[in-house]
Amino acid sequence: MTKIVTDVVCPFCGTLCDDLEVKVSDDGTQILEVYNACVIGTEKFLHSQAKDRLKVPQMQDEEGNWKDVSIDDAVDYTAQMLCNAKKPLMYGWSSTNCEAQSTGNEIAEIVGAVVDNTATVCHGTTLIAVQDVGVPSCTLGEVKNRADRIVFWGCNPAHAHPRHMSRYSIFPRGFFTGKGHKARKMVVVDPRSTDTAKMADVHMQIEQGRDYELLSALRVAVRGAPLPETVAGIPRETIQDVAETLKSGRFVVIFFGMGVTQTLSKNHNIDMAISLTRDLNEYTKAAIMPMRGHYNVTGSGQVLGWQFGFPFCVDLSRGFARYNPGDSSSNDLLRRGEVDAVFVLGSDPGAHFPISSVKKIAQLPSVCVDPHHTPTSAVCKLHMPVAFVGVEEAGCAYRMDNVPIETRKVVEAPEGMVSDEEFLKMVLTRVKEIKGVA
Amino acid sequence: METVTLTPKAQPDLYIDAENITPDAFAGKTAAEIAAFHVHEGNQTGLLGTYFDVSGKAGATAAETKIVIKGDVLKVKYIGMRMTAGEILVEGSADMYIGAWMEGGRIHVRGNIDAFSGTGMKGGEIEVDGNAGNYLGAAYRGDWRGMQSGTIRVHGNAGSDIGTFMNGGTIIIDGDVDVHVGTHAEGGTIIVKGNGKSKIGGQMVKGEIYVFGTIDVMMPGYVYRKDVDLEVDGTKATFAMYEGDMGERHGKRKGEVIYGHIYQKY
Ligand code: SF4
Repeated sequence: MTKIVTDVVCPFCGTLCDDLEVKVSDDGTQILEVYNACVIGTEKFLHSQAKDRLKVPQMQDEEGNWKDVSIDDAVDYTAQMLCNAKKPLMYGWSSTNCEAQSTGNEIAEIVGAVVDNTATVCHGTTLIAVQDVGVPSCTLGEVKNRADRIVFWGCNPAHAHPRHMSRYSIFPRGFFTGKGHKARKMVVVDPRSTDTAKMADVHMQIEQGRDYELLSALRVAVRGAPLPETVAGIPRETIQDVAETLKSGRFVVIFFGMGVTQTLSKNHNIDMAISLTRDLNEYTKAAIMPMRGHYNVTGSGQVLGWQFGFPFCVDLSRGFARYNPGDSSSNDLLRRGEVDAVFVLGSDPGAHFPISSVKKIAQLPSVCVDPHHTPTSAVCKLHMPVAFVGVEEAGCAYRMDNVPIETRKVVEAPEGMVSDEEFLKMVLTRVKEIKGVA
Repeated sequence: METVTLTPKAQPDLYIDAENITPDAFAGKTAAEIAAFHVHEGNQTGLLGTYFDVSGKAGATAAETKIVIKGDVLKVKYIGMRMTAGEILVEGSADMYIGAWMEGGRIHVRGNIDAFSGTGMKGGEIEVDGNAGNYLGAAYRGDWRGMQSGTIRVHGNAGSDIGTFMNGGTIIIDGDVDVHVGTHAEGGTIIVKGNGKSKIGGQMVKGEIYVFGTIDVMMPGYVYRKDVDLEVDGTKATFAMYEGDMGERHGKRKGEVIYGHIYQKY
């Protein structure tokens, strides 16, 4: 007899869908089928079932040969590395639960490390802008039930957050949005004609790198001030029409992604988008929300926020928290040679960072904690395989709208495997022994 | 004026924070006392004397103290942080945060400086013979007060984000600048003698930006008003005057709306 686990939370993207159903084998060790999830979400569950999955820690020697080591050896190597470094970097944290993040931060404080999460290469710029000008936001529930003007700026939910539009933003019939997508106006701003853009009522096919100008132009249009004939390749009339569409809505939501956070102007684009949202609130209700990628990158920001006051790029090396992206951000630290050890958990900088940074990781004492052998493991000295959080381990995660959701354990991890949190707790204990702190 | 000379010897493995290298901290101290000052390399605390040979002696007060750094200090941050008086001469290039939150006195760097120099500057003078990095004279993250007073003069080029949230003082760049000049400015003057790129004066509430060379793309919220003859830092010329940013809030004086201004030289 197989059984169905209901109300499962998908630990893949920031949409954090919480309506999945998973069919597991009788003994609770195997996932047979996943219902309701999108393709990428399903893949995440099925991946944990791979037969060739790594189950023991491995260390790499100078020649690049891997050998199996015990979990105790892995704990000791990690603790020694962190304690001996003058400025270790502890990076990742977006694909694990808040419990593990919190334990990792505790270690960072004791060893005087820099803690940074994947926001550093995606929505960190958003966090900078929020700190500069504040943020009028809302929950996805409010979007579903109230929003009738939806803007997707520099993001492509059709591919990156596949169920976002059906669950929250475009299609659902909510309390005050009984007509579903028929009563919603959808505006997409993207230099490419993406699958999301193809669905839009208005697609502003903007010139690359001119988001700051177009957002500014919308603000000028909202105020009814004069505009040049074209801005960022978009005719004045279109800009004025879009401004009118937004002003005439009952509830406007601007969703934005890495197309604006990591292109020219970065934080300034978001700063301007937030300012536009603020301006729109003089006419109607408006909110803005980042399309966070990894399922719990928002949680890492939350945990760092309540523990140290800053959501990413937290430098604890001097014994107090300092924060300044550009100085305390992972890529700047690596590029400039400011760190002397690298610990990675719940992310894959080997695949996402510039090659110059990856080369630096390869030269330093380094540890990669991940269920899979990733491009990051390939350059690290130690690879520590762990259980899949959200599949084999429960724990707290924050959705893109900052709503915390408890993820569920669906199956048992393979015999003898520990979770991120368990591994970090062992490292913490060893670090305390080495440092002689109670 | 007495002079303390710092000659770099050992290079740190990583970088050092040396916010003690100021006339204020050095004042009244002997070379031996100065060599015993703390510097920080990551989570380790070391001595200034490990990285520099210290000679000469400081004056009785900051105003009577001059610090000469003989050579490059590319791995030293925070030189001249919060200084209120006196002088610092760096004969080579320096790293980040030079003159951050500086309140008075003078810093002269013969080489280049890196990002966040003159952050939140309140007074005094910084002169750089080479180039400056990003965020020159800008606000610290999350602060709405960038440079408030004083002068920064760069003879080479400067990076992006200069004068962000600036509300007083003057920044003069002889060369070119990267994107974002005077973003969110609420006062102050920025003079770019070379070329600008784009995003100049975005979200500016008040203040003046002069560009002698080209501007790739003008922000859509700027409106051309008229031509004016001006003398700017010794150069007499005709400038096109633009007012903006029209998308931003603006205050009023005697019933007239006060805008930010961009002047572009013909
Ligand atoms: S949209 Fe995101 S959270 Fe929802 S099922 Fe797909 S990957 Fe999972």
